[in-house]
Amino acid sequence: MSDVAARVKKMVVEHLDVEESKVTENAHFIDDLGADSLDTVEIIMAFEEEFDIEIKEDESENIQTVGDAVKFISAKV
Amino acid sequence: MADQDFPTGTLMAGKRGLIMGVANKNSIAWAIAQQLAAQGAEIAFTFQGEALERRVRPLAESIGSDILIECDVTDDATMDNTFGTLKDKWGKIDFLVHAIAFAGKDQLAGSFVDNTTREGFKAALDISAFSFVDAARRASEIMNDGGAMVTLTYLGSERVIPNYNVMGVAKAALEACTRYIAADLGPRGIRVNAISAGPIKTLAAAGIGSGRHMFRFNKAAAALRDNTDPVGVAGAALYLLSDLGLSCTGETHHVDGGFHAIGMPAEDAMAEASGTQ
Repeated sequence: MSDVAARVKKMVVEHLDVEESKVTENAHFIDDLGADSLDTVEIIMAFEEEFDIEIKEDESENIQTVGDAVKFISAKV
Repeated sequence: MADQDFPTGTLMAGKRGLIMGVANKNSIAWAIAQQLAAQGAEIAFTFQGEALERRVRPLAESIGSDILIECDVTDDATMDNTFGTLKDKWGKIDFLVHAIAFAGKDQLAGSFVDNTTREGFKAALDISAFSFVDAARRASEIMNDGGAMVTLTYLGSERVIPNYNVMGVAKAALEACTRYIAADLGPRGIRVNAISAGPIKTLAAAGIGSGRHMFRFNKAAAALRDNTDPVGVAGAALYLLSDLGLSCTGETHHVDGGFHAIGMPAEDAMAEASGTQ
């Protein structure tokens, strides 16, 4: 697992208070991990802070799964 | 933010009040709550909807608050219930913090003149400005003489900030409301002020386009060359809501690293702000 993937996974576990085993690459933030719409905004903000990147609104709409986040962030850092 | 960031003391000992508008731990209103609690205040909170309740309840409990009331400022029945509950539980209050604003996402991007609709305008002004008038009236009915109120505003009321659009108009109205409320409640010794905070990374800020540019530019151009620390905003709120703020009312107080004072940023700041340095 890449460094980005490990950090993303850890952040998702903490923010959404879910078991680590559930945070797979295909896990959907809302459908699988129980995030509400505010969680998705909060976690995108947390990614921006953690990785010092900007995630624009239209870009954040495409980040639906853990894998989406890892892919997007990896391309930016 | 850890509790130890907030100076402890007794400036708010024996004072009770309501904070409207905490959304999550990043909220400016939450920084204010922690600071007031660290100085001995007893605090009640309102929240709107189940998603926010899940966030606000643990925060409120962490500072020993057990009054958490669902309130939608556009719904008179819930406003009645909020202040009725406070009257039942406490009889009187000493302070009010209003940290509520709203504009539709479609109103907060691009051209102000093209994108502002009648409905969008009404909603922004109703929720962001009238709600303070309404809350102030209801709060004043149960407020001890010598109490205080604070609302949160932003520089977009005075100058054009890209994408802030109708929210800037609403904040201008809010600041004017602050002065009129201050005049009406002044004879009772109730002080009413607004804090104009610089941009802070909150859920509310996430709704405004070009956020990152905003933070970079503010940091580079502000007199202090830094973004606004919520702890500073909370400190200003403590001053305005405690007896330290005696004689100060009707004021819009800037807590923005001095950004409001700058007419033209220095050359090196401009380079930094545009990301070319």
